[in-house]
Formats: sequence, C-alpha cells, structure tokens
Amino acid sequence: MSSATVQPLVRKRTLNPFRDLSPARRREALYGFLFISPWLIGLVIFTLGPFIASLILSFTNYSILQPGRWVGFDNYIRAFTNDDLFWISLRNTVVYVVGSVTIRVILGFVLALLLNTKIRFLALWRTLFYIPSIVPIVATTIIWLYVLNPRFGLLNWFLGFFGVPRLRWLTSPDTAMLGLLVMSSWWVGTTMIIFLAGLQGIPEDYHDAAKIDGANAWQRLLRITIPLMTPTIFFNVIIGIINAFQVFTQALIMTNGGPLNATRFYMLYLYDNAFGYLPPQMGYASALAWILFVIIFVLSLVVVRSSDRWVFYGN
Amino acid sequence: MSAVSHSRLDLSYNDTWLRLRNKLGKALIYLTIISLSLIFVVPLLSMFSMSLMPREQVGAWPPEWIPNPVQFENYAKALYFWNFAQSFRNTVLVTGLSMIGDLLSCTLVAYGFARFRFPGRNALFMVLLGTLMLPFAVTMVPLYIGYNAIGWVNTFNPLIVPHFFGNAFYIFLLRQFFMTIPEELTDAAKIDGAGEFQIWARIMIPLARPAIIVVAILSFQTHWNDFLGPLLYLKDQQLHTLAIGLYKFQGLPGQGSLYNEMMAATVLMVLPVLVVFAIFQKQFVQGVTLSGLKG
Repeated sequence: MSSATVQPLVRKRTLNPFRDLSPARRREALYGFLFISPWLIGLVIFTLGPFIASLILSFTNYSILQPGRWVGFDNYIRAFTNDDLFWISLRNTVVYVVGSVTIRVILGFVLALLLNTKIRFLALWRTLFYIPSIVPIVATTIIWLYVLNPRFGLLNWFLGFFGVPRLRWLTSPDTAMLGLLVMSSWWVGTTMIIFLAGLQGIPEDYHDAAKIDGANAWQRLLRITIPLMTPTIFFNVIIGIINAFQVFTQALIMTNGGPLNATRFYMLYLYDNAFGYLPPQMGYASALAWILFVIIFVLSLVVVRSSDRWVFYGN
Repeated sequence: MSAVSHSRLDLSYNDTWLRLRNKLGKALIYLTIISLSLIFVVPLLSMFSMSLMPREQVGAWPPEWIPNPVQFENYAKALYFWNFAQSFRNTVLVTGLSMIGDLLSCTLVAYGFARFRFPGRNALFMVLLGTLMLPFAVTMVPLYIGYNAIGWVNTFNPLIVPHFFGNAFYIFLLRQFFMTIPEELTDAAKIDGAGEFQIWARIMIPLARPAIIVVAILSFQTHWNDFLGPLLYLKDQQLHTLAIGLYKFQGLPGQGSLYNEMMAATVLMVLPVLVVFAIFQKQFVQGVTLSGLKG
C-alpha cells in the first residue's frame, strides 16, 4: 500500500494513534472503526468475554445452582489422574477421528479420481455423491437409525447379500463405533468436491508429458497426481481431524454415549458435565473445554506452520 | 506371410487390444460410479418412500421400497398431531432473522476491513482469523450462564441476536471479494458526493452479489441445521425448531412403530435444503471449496 503523505523520519510514540493522522486520514479511520464496530462489540461480548470467563471458571467448582469456589488446578488434575470417563471419552474420540478421517480422505480421493476421468454426466454423479452432505445432521441421524436398525435396517439387508450375518450395530458395544464410522462415510461428498477441484487444477500437460515418457497410469498417480495434491490432502486431513474431534450430535441422538460408553465422545462428556448432570459441573466442563482448545490450537498451528512447506502454488 | 505384413498385423492386434482394454476400463469406472452413487442415494430415497408408507410396511423384512397404499396422512399427522407445523414456522423464523443478521453485519464489517485504513487494522484482522480456531465448547458454558442471567434462556434471542455482530468466516470471504472491486468505482461515487454508507449499499453490495449469495447459502445451511444452540436454549415445546422436534420425537418411547410419521417430519426438514440446493447448485459447490480453504 503506497501512501502519498510524507512520513516524518522519527515517529513520536503517542498514546493516541489518531494524532499523527491528517484530517482526511482521521475521518477515514473513524469510518473504518464505525463499519467494523458490530464485529468489535460482538468480539468483546460473545467471544473474548466468554473466553476469559471460561478460563476462570475452569479453576472453580462453579455450577449454575451454586456460586463457585476457587479450586486451583483441581479440575485439571482430576481429569488427568482421577477420571476414567475422561480417558474413555478421549480414547473413543481419537478412534473416531482416525477412522472417520481415514475413510473420508481415502474414499473421497478415490471418488474424485473416478470422476476426473472425463466421464459423461459428471455433474449428475457429483451431485449424487454430494447430496448426503447437505442433509441436516439431525435428519441424517433419523435416516441412519433406520439404516443401522438391527431388525429391519438397510445395512444388514445389504450385507446379507455378501453372507454377513445380521449385526446389532448401535445396540452392541462391539459394533456401535463401527456403525457411526460407516455413517460418517456418507459425508464423503464434501471432501470429494474439494479433491475434484484440486485434480481439475492440475495442468494436463504434466500427464501428457509423462505419458510420452512412457509412464503408466499407476506411475502417473504416484509421481504426479499425489505429490501435486499433497497440500489439499494434508489440509483436508487436519480440518477433518479438527471437525471430527468435536463429534457430538449423532452420538447424543443415536447412542447417547452407549452402549457401555462405547461411543462416549469428548464433546458428549463435556456437554453432560455442563448441562446433563445434576448438579451441573460447569467448572469441570470448562476445564475439559480448555483441554480440547489446546488440542485444537496445536493442530491448527501445525496447519499454519507447515502450509508453506506443503502448499504448491503452481509454477 | 511377409515380415512387413506380420508387423502390421501385430500393430493392429496391439491397437485393438489397447482399445478393448480402454473400453473395459471405462465400463468398470462407470459400473463403480453408478453402483456407489446408488448406495449413497438409497437411504435418502427410502426416507421419502417410508414417509408415505402405512405402518405395516415399516419394518418389513426384507425391506419394502414402494409405499402401498400411498399414505399422505403421515404428513398431516406429523404436521398437526406431532406439531411439526409449529417447529417448521420456528425454524423459518430463526433461520430468516439469523441470515439477515449475518448478511447485514458481515457486509458492513467486511467493507470496513477492505476499504478503510485505520490504526491496528491488520492486527484486528489477525484476531478475526484467530477466532476461527476457537471451538464452540470453550465459550458455550459462559454464554449459557450469561444468557440465563439476563433471562434469554427459553427464548429465540440467543440463537438470533449474536448473528447481528458478524461471523469471522463470512467477513473473511466477503472482504476478499470486496478487495477485488476496483477502487475507481467507489472513488467516482465519492466525487459525485455519495456518503460511505451509500457506497456500501449502492455499489459494494450489488457488485458483491456472487459472494453474498455464497455467504447467504452457508448461513442458511448453518442455521437451518443447527442443533446444539436450540438444544441448549429452547426448552418449551412451543419454541422447538425442527432439529429439536425431531430429536425429541425420536426419543419418545414406542417411536419404533412411528417410523413413517417420523420420516415425514424428517422430509419436512430435508426438503427445503434440497430445494435451495437445486436452485443454487453452483454456489453450494463454491461454498464447499471455499470452506475447504478456510483455516
């Protein structure tokens, strides 16, 4: 940005950042603040305030029914050393994250590759794969409660053709997690669309040149497509992890953490502490939220830090 | 046979083999795509067909696909007996007002970040991007305590009012778009004596229409689908949105035999999204690729 005004060689440090500005620039700055004021006010009321309040609450035993007392690091110590459900929910969440992200990235990539082969009716196929992703999540859970129904569900009927005996899915601790993972594959369309956009951005010359050099389809996939797609893949993996870490709605509606805690996820446990239990344990829930925040913050930093190493910006 | 014709024969053999292999490969790709897309769409189709089935057909083994007889009264029951008409109206109200809030505040703020120089602008914009990393879980509990203190629990306010104060991701998208609008256009308007708000309303908003539609769709989807917000704040049945209504209906004892009516209610929630999708398909896909780039 080039500025026409002559800058003084030595800027005096002043408390009023407006003082050095010319009247025109001052007017511009005032309008700038006026336009962003809704967000600035909202930032303080709905984000920064609650953010700080949450940190303070996490060091108390506050519940909405009684005023809290300062308990120091007790909530954090309790989570890490004296709460089996914390570890169970963390483990379940990690299993879900690894499973669902793997399914979505691999299936999404394969589908995008299939759709990127100059087939006809591309828009139709893309739409069909994408439509499940726009179905509201509560509607999806209702539909999948039917699909996964042990007595008359569609999945058992379908698997029957391959000789698989009827499974109990969400009603058994052995298969409940698997059921939610199968369900998560229904949302692969979003990932597929992002991959497809990336694939279509790869210049055809690269493939043509490799063909002339005698590279077969498999070699071209491994040597050209996948290396060029690494930034997109990496990005989808991290965003997928961050989203999957907050899995909540389907578990609350479909299993409520059961059977036998098999699907008790981190957000579900946090929600139960804050709003489900009597009396509510809002202090403890806030500590759980901050542990989650640190995990997600670190993952986000990985994205920002590594993006310049991964992102391929063309020539 | 001479050597020359032999090699020519060899070549043509190779050629047809290659062509056959290509054809086979293509057929295999089509077969995979068709069968996979069927698997993807079947649950959705069975939602529609089940919503029209009589009770005896629900839960048949093997599954039945065609409603016989077609029973439209499932919808009447869902709407009036189970009161989903009220939930539908509530969802429309909350979604509509929240969208107005999102669009109004985000275009204002994005214009402020895109076109005005003011001290601390870049730092504030980094803060804005930083808030994208904040999981809702962190602010959820204090927000609830705050809303409870001012008597907003069990009203629509906590679901609507915050959206009049901007959304970081939409502001980011709109600002990127506003920056591409040539400054000559706004300068010309200024010379003609237009005020800053007039420029925002008369020039920036009409020119940013493509970006605004994408944001409107993202906002519509978010509010129409929202579950956690209504779950926290809407206690009375009169206030339930479709998401909460379906959740409560699903939890009723004996709902297993009411699958057809439950599916009718589910269609009520899904259909508006599908209609919007049918109209704005291109923008939906843009929204996905843009949100895929966020972070």
